[in-house]
Amino acid sequence: MSTPDTEREAPEFDPDDPKLTRFDLVREAARRDGVEIVHYEPRFTQPGSKEEKRVVRFIALCFAIVGLTALAFIVAYVAWPWQYKGGANLNKWYTPVLGATLGLSLLFIGIAIVTWAKKLLPEEVSVQERHEGASPDDERKLTVATTLNVVDELGIKRRPLLKGAIALGLAPVGVAAIMPLGGLIKDHRSDLIHTAWKKGVRLMHDDGTLVRPEDVSAGGQITVFPAIPEGNSNKYADSPTLLIHLREDDAAKTRANALPINKGAQWQNYVAYSKICTHAGCPASLYEQQTNRLLCPCHQSQFDILNNARPIFGPATRRLPQLPITVDGDGYFVATSDYKVPIGPGFWERP
Amino acid sequence: MKRPKFNPKEAPGQVADWTDQRLGMAGSIRRQLLNKVFPDHWSFMLGEIALYSFIMLLLTGTFLAFFYTPSSTEVVYHGSYVPLQGIKMSQAYASSLNLSFDVRGGLILRQIHHWSALLFMASIVVHMLRIFFTGAFRRPREVNWMIGFLLFWLGFLEGFAGYSLPDDALSGTGLRIADAIMLSIPVVGTWVSFSIFGGEFPGDVILQRLYIAHVFLVPGIILALVAVHVLLVFKLKHTQWAGPGRTEHNVVGHRMFPGFAAKGAGMSMVVFGLLALLGGLIQINPIWLFGPYKAAVVSSASQPDWYVMFLDGSTRLMPPWEIRIHLFGHGYTVPPLFWPTVVLPGILTMVGLLYPFLEQRFLKDKAHHNLLQRPRDVPLRAGLGAMAVAFWLVLTISGGNDVLAQKFDISLNAMTWAGRIGILIVPPLAYYVVYRLCLGLQQHDREVLAHGVETGIIKRLPNGQFIEVHQPLGPPDEHGHTELPYRGWVVPKKMNRIGAIGPAVKGFFVPVEKPEEAAPVSPAPSREEITSGRD
Repeated sequence: MSTPDTEREAPEFDPDDPKLTRFDLVREAARRDGVEIVHYEPRFTQPGSKEEKRVVRFIALCFAIVGLTALAFIVAYVAWPWQYKGGANLNKWYTPVLGATLGLSLLFIGIAIVTWAKKLLPEEVSVQERHEGASPDDERKLTVATTLNVVDELGIKRRPLLKGAIALGLAPVGVAAIMPLGGLIKDHRSDLIHTAWKKGVRLMHDDGTLVRPEDVSAGGQITVFPAIPEGNSNKYADSPTLLIHLREDDAAKTRANALPINKGAQWQNYVAYSKICTHAGCPASLYEQQTNRLLCPCHQSQFDILNNARPIFGPATRRLPQLPITVDGDGYFVATSDYKVPIGPGFWERP
Repeated sequence: MKRPKFNPKEAPGQVADWTDQRLGMAGSIRRQLLNKVFPDHWSFMLGEIALYSFIMLLLTGTFLAFFYTPSSTEVVYHGSYVPLQGIKMSQAYASSLNLSFDVRGGLILRQIHHWSALLFMASIVVHMLRIFFTGAFRRPREVNWMIGFLLFWLGFLEGFAGYSLPDDALSGTGLRIADAIMLSIPVVGTWVSFSIFGGEFPGDVILQRLYIAHVFLVPGIILALVAVHVLLVFKLKHTQWAGPGRTEHNVVGHRMFPGFAAKGAGMSMVVFGLLALLGGLIQINPIWLFGPYKAAVVSSASQPDWYVMFLDGSTRLMPPWEIRIHLFGHGYTVPPLFWPTVVLPGILTMVGLLYPFLEQRFLKDKAHHNLLQRPRDVPLRAGLGAMAVAFWLVLTISGGNDVLAQKFDISLNAMTWAGRIGILIVPPLAYYVVYRLCLGLQQHDREVLAHGVETGIIKRLPNGQFIEVHQPLGPPDEHGHTELPYRGWVVPKKMNRIGAIGPAVKGFFVPVEKPEEAAPVSPAPSREEITSGRD
């Protein structure tokens, strides 16, 4: 295991021997713990040499920087104006100053310690034996016997009635332990199918005002919400709709292309599509006027507005549902029904 | 009775004595802690960076929790950030803004927290690559590989939950996608989504649920697994590189105290310092610019944190393939989102978790291993690793393909197609290239061992032939060969590595040591320019 030298010494080692140096004790302790210190020498051949002093000075300098920057951090934390103010001002430097002072302080502690460890601590190579793999055979036998005796003492093998009773008794307890999770379960039958839109719900802007045809210029688009209380809030996250005012010839194309389900959904040159992407539910909001394409910025699905908002590129598989709209007697846009198909990302039970 | 005088010099000894009288642990502390040898190599510090980032996360996260309110109740903002005053937002977003603007030093701690999370994941990944390419996961360390691998995914979940908490436009969009991913699971998807969100997205309970997951559930599991991870490293002892005196049955290095522990402590401070610098000087996740989450609002370049980007990329590259099934008069859907965001991570997790066992079976190597392998010595594994990295890179780049398309003026659709084709072609290519590289490096190692180091000296033989002089690494045997066996460790390939260059003179402005044989016997003649040792 180790050199013959230490093996000869080992039996007669007396830790109280006054002739022993502290390092002799260290070496003996290491030997007893299976560690052999094979190489150990101070980093500098002469203590107090010029090079050693230089390293010591460097470490001292590091700690001086640590102290100064930490102090600067404390002062800045207390005294630097920190409240947010618009425009360019000293307050904007609060966070950078804190970061620079605290960061440098911690960094220099690290540099000092690492330098200490690498430049001042003695050079050392120690070898430790690994004791690994399975335990010795006799140990294993004794442990196995002890373990099996536990089973024997319980006598579960001799008492089949108890075996059955435990199985029957504890199985429900196991299930019972997870039952409270049932409180999380929610019925979802209709929530994914319907939105806040229905016949007679008017369209409104984000600020709550109702939408008139002249609010959107030709080739433009706006986001509209159902004109009900909190209609523009996240409570109705499934209802945001894109109202697009098509140019004359585009509108004609769109009308000609309309699928049976979308027939009559268009009002004059205006179409309204669900803004919620049918892929992952992001708002598909980047409208390219020239090509009449709608792009979802999350995964780049693209929809052809002129052809029933059909997906033409990217991972989306389904058209954006079209909201049937018209203009009521007061000149406001109004929905004539809910979306005909569920909006948003697909799901298993989607009809 | 005279009270014994308190002597501060004896106090540590007295405390130690008091403790040992009661616990009797002098022997075991010495055995388990003081006399424990750690091998030294820079790459063994990578896991430590993850550990220190995690400590930083716990510290800063606790501070943030003093001020954050996990509630989606709508309030009107009246804080000091002027552009958002009077705007309706969730209490969570308002408290995140207050934390940034109305709490002294709140912003820097929030930013340190975010940077720590990024560094935590980055160091986990780099550490994992080190373990993988050097074969440190082999028996007896398979279980520790699995724990580490699970830690990556837990960190992923933890990071995502934290990213969602401020309830700004970006995090809300991320949650919306998470909801869509849940919905895409066949049969149970809607039930999963509705159970987690407490109804239809977004509902009003998700933030408090994410919060308890983010501050208690997931970090608790991470902490427990980290403890087991480190304990296993202790119990199994660290792997080491091959080298003089190093075998499968020993550990060669420093004892833990003071050398190794000091390096670790220094490293922790360096990590903390860098995180503080990052948090103070480099802005991250400026939530006040994004505004509150509204289902109808999104902007382009909405990217998740870097470790989530590969799944964003896989989602973007997925072709629009939807499965529709008609059963019992009802249609059922498997949306395309299911494959890149549920099936792919599932496969990656299982393959990664079981990799040590798969490799054992394939290479028929079930032996104990404590010596690391150089990546070149196992070209198969290095190739597979390169393949995995290439796969991840293509997906991650695709996760930001809209930004790249915009910055470099490339068609977005072309980027997507490049990714779709790239994901099929680049990984096998990476495998092939790295496999060949490994073989080439192996061959060169053998060449140097057989023929010596190239000296760079070209010699012309009498017959006119030019040859390069090689410096053999050992004395010739009885047959005149110098063939040395390969020991699994670095083979010197430059003359400088075998002592052709003298030791560097230390000192920044002036040398601190004079060369020993510098003293001239006679008055020095005019000095010649020092050359690099060539004659």
